[in-house]
Amino acid sequence: MLAARVIMDQGIHVEGLNFFTGFCVEGHTHAIRKHRADRVKRNNALWVAERLGIKLHLIDVIDEYKDVVLNPKHGYGTHLNPCIDCKIFMLGKAKAWAFMEENGFDFIITGEVMGQRPKSQRKQIMPLIARESGLPDRLLRPLCAKHMAPTLPERENWVDRDKLFAFHGRNRKPQIALARKLGFDDWAQPAGGCCFLTDGDYAAKLADLWQSSGERDYDLDDIMLLKVGRHLRPASHYKLILGRELGENRYLEGYTKRFIALRPVSHQGPLCLVDGTPERTDLTTAARILARYSQGREADSVSVSVDWPDGTGEMLRVPPLAQEDFRDDWRI
Amino acid sequence: MTGESEDQILNVKGLLCPLPVIRTQDLVKGLPPGTLLSILATDPGVLEDLPAWCRVHGHDLLDASQLSGPEDPLAGPEFRIRLRVRD
Repeated sequence: MLAARVIMDQGIHVEGLNFFTGFCVEGHTHAIRKHRADRVKRNNALWVAERLGIKLHLIDVIDEYKDVVLNPKHGYGTHLNPCIDCKIFMLGKAKAWAFMEENGFDFIITGEVMGQRPKSQRKQIMPLIARESGLPDRLLRPLCAKHMAPTLPERENWVDRDKLFAFHGRNRKPQIALARKLGFDDWAQPAGGCCFLTDGDYAAKLADLWQSSGERDYDLDDIMLLKVGRHLRPASHYKLILGRELGENRYLEGYTKRFIALRPVSHQGPLCLVDGTPERTDLTTAARILARYSQGREADSVSVSVDWPDGTGEMLRVPPLAQEDFRDDWRI
Repeated sequence: MTGESEDQILNVKGLLCPLPVIRTQDLVKGLPPGTLLSILATDPGVLEDLPAWCRVHGHDLLDASQLSGPEDPLAGPEFRIRLRVRD
């Protein structure tokens, strides 16, 4: 937002690009769950574009992004976050879009600040990202430009370098001060955290998916389901996904044509999807676990419906799994 | 409601934002100016995001609301956004 506004204030036409990888935190989980209900369920990129008065182009890169996640040339961060490769990929996509004849832009800007992120915004990495994205001279970072050699837009005086900044490090006070000076009193995600791949719990679920399926691959449904519900793996050949609230149960309902679905019938409780190749006895175990998460957890028995994707089904009556029989290492 | 019939209907039920916005954006690129478009969705986020997208790109937002009538107890509420593609 700040970088765009700084450049717009020099009379330059700016439009925004936002890439959807499938791992974006915003939107999805907030829409599904009621927690953080006080937060407006908005798309922050659109919100920023509207405040700036610029167009925003949302680009679906789900399929192409897979290679970045599965084969990051520069490796992962703390979890499964391929931050350097991600930045190179997105800037490459931005370059392809911006320099198309029908779009006709001259250079790309980002809001990066040198030293703000431990991975992709290190001093020695930022030039590498510019080079490998094919933008060695047309990538301008207005907020830290004065720490870097002048780029083509600066040398050609398309942009006045004197009006750019030399922000550095993790302290965001200078950015906040600039935001206030420019008249902004609200901003999005000042501390990052907008990608599920940086989340340890999510990364563990993704690693479990790869391990259980025997291959490092995924589709959109796979990565969406990892964001939803309580994931339990009682055995290596099957996993349970239990909704934690009404919104998640409704979302999981959309997958009952793909997975075996278990529902408590005699008591209130969540929907449970079974992913994998469960044996018959596994379904009884799954029903007992589900009963434990239902309002019948103290009852002698709970009726659970079992519905297969082909439309067939049956009813089980099971005792809820006892506390001592529940293993914490089932949680993914 | 304007009483006009829609030229196009886009069903994005089951998709979560921003996918409804992306699907709308990609469809609208190929539509002639003045086309009326109805978007049917289940993600309540569309009530915030699609009006914002219309404002950003200058399309006329005609209506953004939850559909009335009995709600599917499993799938939850449905929403409809109506817009006219900018001239």
